[in-house]
Amino acid sequence: MAFQRKSSCRMLPAALFAVAILVSAACSREDEQDVAPVSGKVVVQNIGSDTMVNLAQQWAEQYSELAPTVSVEVSGGGSGTGIAALINGTADIANCSRQMEQEEIVRAKQNTGRDPYELIAGYDALAVYVHKDNPLNEADIDQLAEIYGEGGKIDKWTQLGIDNAGCKKDEIIRVSRQSNSGTYHYFREALLGEKRDFRLGSIDLHGSKDVVELVGRTPCAIGYSGMGYASDRVKLLKIGRKAGEPAYRPTLETAISGSYPIARPLYMYTLGRPAGEVREYLRWVFSDTGQAIVEESGFVPLAETKRKKALDRLEQEGK
Amino acid sequence: MFISEHLIELLIRLCGISAIVFVFGIFFFVFREGSDFLFHKLNIVEFFTSPEWYPTSVSHKRYGALALIAGTFSVTALAMLIAVPFGLGAAIFISEFCGPKLKETLKIVIELLAAIPSVVWGFIGLTLMNELIIELFDAPIGLTVLNGGAILALMSVPVIVSIGEDALKAVPDSYREAAEALGATRWQMTYKVLLPAAKNGLLAAVLLGVARSIGETMAVLMATGHSVRIPHSLLEPVRTLTATIAAELGEAPVHSDHYQVLFLIGVLLFTITFVVNLTADLIVKGVGRQ
Repeated sequence: MAFQRKSSCRMLPAALFAVAILVSAACSREDEQDVAPVSGKVVVQNIGSDTMVNLAQQWAEQYSELAPTVSVEVSGGGSGTGIAALINGTADIANCSRQMEQEEIVRAKQNTGRDPYELIAGYDALAVYVHKDNPLNEADIDQLAEIYGEGGKIDKWTQLGIDNAGCKKDEIIRVSRQSNSGTYHYFREALLGEKRDFRLGSIDLHGSKDVVELVGRTPCAIGYSGMGYASDRVKLLKIGRKAGEPAYRPTLETAISGSYPIARPLYMYTLGRPAGEVREYLRWVFSDTGQAIVEESGFVPLAETKRKKALDRLEQEGK
Repeated sequence: MFISEHLIELLIRLCGISAIVFVFGIFFFVFREGSDFLFHKLNIVEFFTSPEWYPTSVSHKRYGALALIAGTFSVTALAMLIAVPFGLGAAIFISEFCGPKLKETLKIVIELLAAIPSVVWGFIGLTLMNELIIELFDAPIGLTVLNGGAILALMSVPVIVSIGEDALKAVPDSYREAAEALGATRWQMTYKVLLPAAKNGLLAAVLLGVARSIGETMAVLMATGHSVRIPHSLLEPVRTLTATIAAELGEAPVHSDHYQVLFLIGVLLFTITFVVNLTADLIVKGVGRQ
């Protein structure tokens, strides 16, 4: 190549550096397995849903004060990432804003010999956001399906019967999520059913917060994200099931009562029945304090009966 | 003494060869991960001609990469359109026209430009440039080819400047003295003597800039809007090949079709860079013979 001869002296440090990185990577991987007992702390790896990442971090922080010998390490990346980590055996708990698919359960069983164990830790109402100056106040599921779905017919704001003055081109900019996001899968299913796909050409962002951030800066945009991410630059739409039926604002009450149409469970999965510190941690998640954090983070806590049921189940696993 | 000399020579030789080993090793690994799908399942016509990228569809999975290829090319082309004149111009100015004090300042500032992490560039694109483009062009959204291209241009200018300046500096002073002795002005000397003499190095500078643009991931992921479509204007969002790999590889189950297609995109990127380099090599040799 034209510049290889000249730059060969430059490549030398680069090559050495690459080797160094490879070596250190190999070493650190060995270390990781030993870290827990050496430092005297038990590490619980909690990986998954971006929607739940703030909540999981809150849990982990508060829990560390209660149980200083346990360190819960939280990372996001999407529900798919969490499940992949669970299947590969690198996560103790996978957070998931959608249910595990049959195929994934089978693969987990094949890979690790254990069945995934499912818990529901709370609910999330998925809010549809528009810019704060957008005159639109409510929409129904069918309209949203026409906006987001493959072959859908709505791509102008005027088609929704409004004059979005801030958006001169009148074009609806659809903001969506990357395809490993649980939010993406849930929203698609809620709007379009099992079979239909989203329309291409949406802006696919990489985090729940990014969606709200971008919609807040873009008068033409519409986007979906957890209701906990609302800011004063955006407006939450009221959502109805069909044209003519009443539309509801996403709140704790409407999500619990089921009148808000796009609310979904937040799952936590472990490999096999949770035991030891993982079980203790999960029991705490279902305690009053754990559930209060769910509410503080903008999600919907479990109803008393469901909470009791989950706790009873965890108690029995311990025996 | 004699032994240590041999040892050092051997070590340096190993380092030199290691570059080749790394390149082939990477290509082999990337190709192996995707090869099964390439030979047995891939619909090549669909891959290159369909813009429909639905890797996680429940009912009908489609792997059309045309929109992604168009995205990478449009952003890279725009970036080069901006960066090449600016980069080469700056290299010529720094090497031939400016005084020693200004030269030092400029070099430090330009190197600083190269030190900004791509995530920071992406963030600037996502926030600042997005609003600026909406304001200036009345665009419905600012995450566009223009946004990504401008940011990539800013990122590749430092590469082009520093390599280009090295190339000009490598032209022997006797050339300059000879040109001055013949009564050439500074500008005549630059474009009649220095540019032809340094053309290989300058081409290398441009190519490294191109490679930087094609390979850049994080900044374009954030600044282009990451939207699967074939752009018809500079004010439309796009999605690039690299950003697609970055966004989707983490999710794709190992050895699934989706995972293998992403590795094939890696092979495609590898091939594109290889072809760019090879063509440049041939051009340089062809020009040299005349």
